[in-house]
Amino acid sequence: MTPDSRRLLPSDAPVTMIDPQGEARGDVPDDATLLHSLGLLTTARRLNDQAYALVRQGRLAVYPSSHGQEACQVAAAQVLDAGDWLFPTYRDTIAASVKGVDPVEALSLLKGDWHCGYDPYEHHVAPHTTPLATQLPHAVGVAHAARLRGEPTVVMAMCGDGGTSEGDFHEALNFAAVFQAPVVFFIQNNEYAISVPLARQTHAPSLAHKGIGYGIPGERVDGNDMAALLTVLGDAVARARAGEGPQLVEAHTYRMQAHTNADDATRYRDDAEVRPWVERDPITRLRAYLTGRGVLTPAVETEFTAEAERAATHLRDGLNQDITPDPDDLFAYVFATPTPQLREQAALVADELSREVAPS
Amino acid sequence: MTVTHDKLSMAQALNQALRDAMAEDPAVVMFGEDVGPLGGVFRITDGLTAEFGENRCFDTPLAESGIVGMAVGMAMNGMRPVVEMQFDAFAYPAFEQIVSHVAKMHNRTRGRVRLPMVIRVPYAGGIGGVEHHCDSSEAYYAHTPGLQVVAPATPADAYALLRAAIEAPDPVVFLEPKKLYWSKEEIEFPVRAPGIGTAVIRRAGTDATLIAYGPSVPVALEAAEVAAQEGRELQVVDLRSIVPFDDETVCAAVRATGRAVVVTESAGFAGVAAEIAARVTERCFSSLAAPVRRVTGFDIPYPPPKLEHFQLPGVDRVLDAVDDLQWEQ
Repeated sequence: MTPDSRRLLPSDAPVTMIDPQGEARGDVPDDATLLHSLGLLTTARRLNDQAYALVRQGRLAVYPSSHGQEACQVAAAQVLDAGDWLFPTYRDTIAASVKGVDPVEALSLLKGDWHCGYDPYEHHVAPHTTPLATQLPHAVGVAHAARLRGEPTVVMAMCGDGGTSEGDFHEALNFAAVFQAPVVFFIQNNEYAISVPLARQTHAPSLAHKGIGYGIPGERVDGNDMAALLTVLGDAVARARAGEGPQLVEAHTYRMQAHTNADDATRYRDDAEVRPWVERDPITRLRAYLTGRGVLTPAVETEFTAEAERAATHLRDGLNQDITPDPDDLFAYVFATPTPQLREQAALVADELSREVAPS
Repeated sequence: MTVTHDKLSMAQALNQALRDAMAEDPAVVMFGEDVGPLGGVFRITDGLTAEFGENRCFDTPLAESGIVGMAVGMAMNGMRPVVEMQFDAFAYPAFEQIVSHVAKMHNRTRGRVRLPMVIRVPYAGGIGGVEHHCDSSEAYYAHTPGLQVVAPATPADAYALLRAAIEAPDPVVFLEPKKLYWSKEEIEFPVRAPGIGTAVIRRAGTDATLIAYGPSVPVALEAAEVAAQEGRELQVVDLRSIVPFDDETVCAAVRATGRAVVVTESAGFAGVAAEIAARVTERCFSSLAAPVRRVTGFDIPYPPPKLEHFQLPGVDRVLDAVDDLQWEQ
């Protein structure tokens, strides 16, 4: 193997900077950055758990929670500039919200009001995509268009471990490499695709090893270590922005809860498997480190908790609002200008509504 | 404005449309398989890389889903991509991208994200192509809400409709009848033609209406010519676009004659011809002297070259259908 190809391979083990006990090694990001991250993580956890509760209350159809994966969610958005793009999957509501999207709008899809509830151009966040990996070629296109115009945009393209088995994952990485598009492919390996474990997705030594097949440098990182994530993803973004082409980062994390509230994880995994991951929780770990550094004071903690509560209240209030979607919208956006046939069909629905007897 | 005339094949007209669109708008980019220095297997992109550079017309890896998916992203980010699927049946790997994203992005985002992109598909048969090179795939696209589906039948229309497709705010599946690539016509530039969504009457006639698009239009015109020699005047409607569908022109034409035959090359069952027959029947029933007839390909996989003439609707089959339109009453 040549030195040049060896540089495409990931580290022998996932990069870790702060261990589960809060002990640090290496060039850890500065305290202010990590403290900011902890605030975002606190809110992220609160939002995940609030959204989960809102499903039980019937306000959301389901919620694919990123509980336990919040460090990946926060880092993915925290390393980006405002002009950079984020391409989230359905589990990446938190990443979208850190990038600026109102979580109430982000959850419109699961509330059932409309598919994409936010303006993708406002914060450069693409619509949540549910067909796996299909958003990755779009990310390449956005990046390639930006590169052709000489803009410094970087695109963060997210997917899960299951998504790496899809053809579009392969095609997107291959296209990005051939065109040297500034895309960071960020795989959150949370060990499960609904019920199917990683061993059924790949026989590769790691998902980060897939990069070398495309000529893309791959790296793996402890997905519950905020400091390592900021460093590895930050470096990947910097390299992509500097014209070094696409980057692949695999974060090792764990889906602490079931796929969604509609799933029953006890049918395919033991609680004993879940327990050790509680000890590796990304928030506990960062809190221990920053407490040791003496920068996480009770006052700051109180402020973080208050901010998280404000965000949860906003989410609750937003999702508790009963919006009656306008049936005209069914026909208004199929094309830029509705066809005569769609106008006829809209008129049919309007006529049905006009003939409905008003409740006495 | 200077008016010029040029006798062009449909392939040359398409090439000219791409060249003019790219010259006018730097956001227009063309990419796909072999569309760069080679100029495409049908030479539709001939000379574009040389003229506009490889950032404007370029070859991609051989992967249709990636091609269409990348076009989605580029369209999201300010470009007007035109992509070529090398052959009709080679577009199927891109089907998920087309159905789940190209067609739905505008609706999903309440019109905030528009995808002004064109998917060019050399399509249909009649050129002696081996399997997977001759599919009539229009029904798949036409059945998918959110896609405009266009099929030109003449070189002038190929030029006008491709320019319109590139300028359209919505995604367009642009079906290029392969067997007509080499058909020639004197074209007047600038081309004056109605836009997407408008059908035209290619031949006037009072006895019955033939409805066709793309590769079937010349068949319908030839049938009308033969019928005229036999004393029957057939009107020919060229749909030009399948979506949006021009109910107004089609229904006015059928009401005027009271008889209609729909001619398509694609398999008949659950196809575009079935939709047209149903629409015409629903809207024009009281004007009809006979049931609307369909002349279509059979419900079989496209045959090998030595048998394809059985599959293609020809003049005789069209005239037989016309004969069946209850003239005796």
